[in-house]
Amino acid sequence: MNFSGLIQDFGPLTITGLAQGAIIALFALGYTLVYGVLRLINFAHSEVFLLGSYACLIVWGFFGLDQNSATPSTLSVIGLLLLGLVAAIVISGITALGVELVAYRPLRKRNAPPLAFLITAIGASLFISETVGVMTQRNIKGVPPLIQPRDVFVIGNMHVTNLQILIIVLALMSMFLLDRFINRSRLGRGIRAVAQNPDSAALMGVNKGRVISLVFLLGGLMAGIAAVMYDLKIGVTRFDAGFLLGIEAFTAAVLGGIGNLRGALLGGLLLGLLQNYAASLFGTEWLHAASFVLLVLILLVRPTGLLGESLGRARA
Amino acid sequence: MLLELKDVTLMYGRIQALHGISLSVGQGEIVALIGANGAGKSTTMRAISGLRPVAQGTITFNGEDITKLRADLRVVRGVSQSPEGRGIFPGMSVRENLEMGAYTRRNRAEINEDLDRVFTLFPRLKEREKQVGGTMSGGEQQMLAVGRALMSRPKLLLLDEPSMGLAPMLIQQIFDIVVEINQQGTTVLLVEQNAQQALSRAHRAYVLETGEIVKSGTGAELLTDPSVKDAYLGVA
Ligand SMILES: Nc1ncnc2c1ncn2[C@@H]1O[C@H](COP(=O)(O)OP(=O)(O)OP(=O)(O)O)[C@@H](O)[C@H]1O
Ligand SMILES: [Mg+2]
Repeated sequence: MNFSGLIQDFGPLTITGLAQGAIIALFALGYTLVYGVLRLINFAHSEVFLLGSYACLIVWGFFGLDQNSATPSTLSVIGLLLLGLVAAIVISGITALGVELVAYRPLRKRNAPPLAFLITAIGASLFISETVGVMTQRNIKGVPPLIQPRDVFVIGNMHVTNLQILIIVLALMSMFLLDRFINRSRLGRGIRAVAQNPDSAALMGVNKGRVISLVFLLGGLMAGIAAVMYDLKIGVTRFDAGFLLGIEAFTAAVLGGIGNLRGALLGGLLLGLLQNYAASLFGTEWLHAASFVLLVLILLVRPTGLLGESLGRARA
Repeated sequence: MLLELKDVTLMYGRIQALHGISLSVGQGEIVALIGANGAGKSTTMRAISGLRPVAQGTITFNGEDITKLRADLRVVRGVSQSPEGRGIFPGMSVRENLEMGAYTRRNRAEINEDLDRVFTLFPRLKEREKQVGGTMSGGEQQMLAVGRALMSRPKLLLLDEPSMGLAPMLIQQIFDIVVEINQQGTTVLLVEQNAQQALSRAHRAYVLETGEIVKSGTGAELLTDPSVKDAYLGVA
C-alpha cells in the first residue's frame, strides 16, 4: 500500500475523483428516479447512456469533426457543445421512454412479477448494446478534441482544468434543476406522491402512467448530459461503454440510498473519490476491486445507503 | 341519483369480495355503509374510486358510466376518497398533502379558498402546516386525510372510517364536520364501524354482510331495527 503517494497526490486525486464522480452521479439519477417510483432497477439505463454518448459524436460528425480534427474556435466549441448536449439529451430521453414503452409497460399491464421485469431489463440492455456493437463492428469511436484540457488554476500540485470545471459545474447545475423540479413543481409533487403511496396518488388524480414516463424521461435527460461529459473526458466511446459505468452508477445510487436524489449525488461523488484514492493506494489494477470492498463496508454500516431510501422522504 | 352501483362484483384473485351489490347515493345525501370487519365496505369504496377493477356490474356517476374509467379520471369527474388507513404522503408536509388533494385543479384563488376552509374545519392542521405527514399522530393524519379529500372540491366524498383512531371527543367532532361538509353542498358516502354515530347522522344507510347488502333504510329506521341493534349497535 502506497500511503505516501496517496497523501502526496491527495489534491489531484480529489479533483479527478470529483469530476469522475459528477458523471457517475448524473448517470445514477436515472436508476434512483425509476426505482423510487416503480421499485424497479432499470438495467437498460446503461444503454440510455450509451446512445447518448454516440448521439453527440454523430452530430459533431455532421460538422466534419472526428478525433483527428483540430480544436475549433471557442465560439464554435460553445455551439458544438450545446448541439451535442441537445442531441444526447434528446436521444437518451427517447431511448428511456422507448425502453419503458416496449420492455416494461406491457408487463405492468399484465401485473407481471418483479423477476419478469428484471429479465426484460437485462434483455433490453443487451439488445441495444449488441446492436450498437454490430453497427460499429465493436470498434471504439474517437471523440473530437473540443476541449483541450488546460489548467484554470493550480493549488499546490492540484491542477484544476477547464474540462473538470465544466463537468462538475454542469453536473451540479443539472442536479440542482432536477431537484427543484421534483421538490417544487406540481408534476414533481405528483412524482413524489406516486413514490410515497401509489394508491393515494391515484386518489388525488395523479396519472401514474404519465408519472412513470416522466421519471424515465428525466433519468434519460440526465444520462444524456453524463454521456457528453464522459465522451469529452475519456476521449473514446464503445458499444459497451455503458456497462461498467452503469454498474458504478447503480452502485452509487445504492450507496447514497436508492430512490433518494441527493443520495445519488453523494454516492456518485463518493464513489469517484474512492476509486481515485484506491487506485493510488493499491495500484490502478485494483481500482474497482478496492472501491467495491469499501462500498460493501459502508453498506454494512448503513444498509439503506448513506441518506436512506425513498424518493419522497428526502426533503430539503 | 348521483352515484349508482348495479350488481357489482369484485374479485381479489380468486376470492370474491363483493357478490353483486347495488346501492345508490342521491345528490346532497349522507349515506352510511355499515357492516362487520371484512364485510366488504372498504372494497366497495375502492370499486367506486377505481382503485380496484370490478368484475361485473356497473357504476354510474352523475349520469356517466364510470365502471371502466381510470381512478385518476374519476377524481376529475368529482369523486374523492379518504381511504382506509389514511394514505397520507409521509414525506410531504401537511400543506403539501393538502395541495396534493387539489392536484387536478389549476385555479389558485379557489385552491387557497379551500385551504382556508380545511384549516377552519381542522385548526390542528393549520398549527401543523409545516410538519411532515409521516410524523403526525394517527388522529391528526385522519384529519389530514379528510381535509385532503375535500381539497378536490368533490361532488361525492367517500369517507372510509373517518373516526378511526380518534379520541371520543374528536369522534363527535368529526361527525359534526361531516354533517357540516354535507350542508355546504357535498354528497357523502360514509363507511363506519361506529354505527351509532353514522346512522344518527346519515339520511340513509346500507348494511353489508360478507359482500352482500342485507338491509337498507333511513338512518332512523336502521337505528331502531332489532337485528341491526343486535349486530352493530352493541349493548350500550
Ligand atoms: N388485497 C386483498 N387481497 C385479498 N383479499 C382482500 C384484499 N383486500 C380485502 N380482501 C378481503 O376482502 C374482504 C373484504 O375486505 P374489506 O377491506 O372490504 O372489509 P371491510 O368491510 O372494509 O372491513 P373492516 O371493517 O375491517 O375495514 C375481506 O375478507 C378481506 O380479507
Ligand atoms: Mg375497511
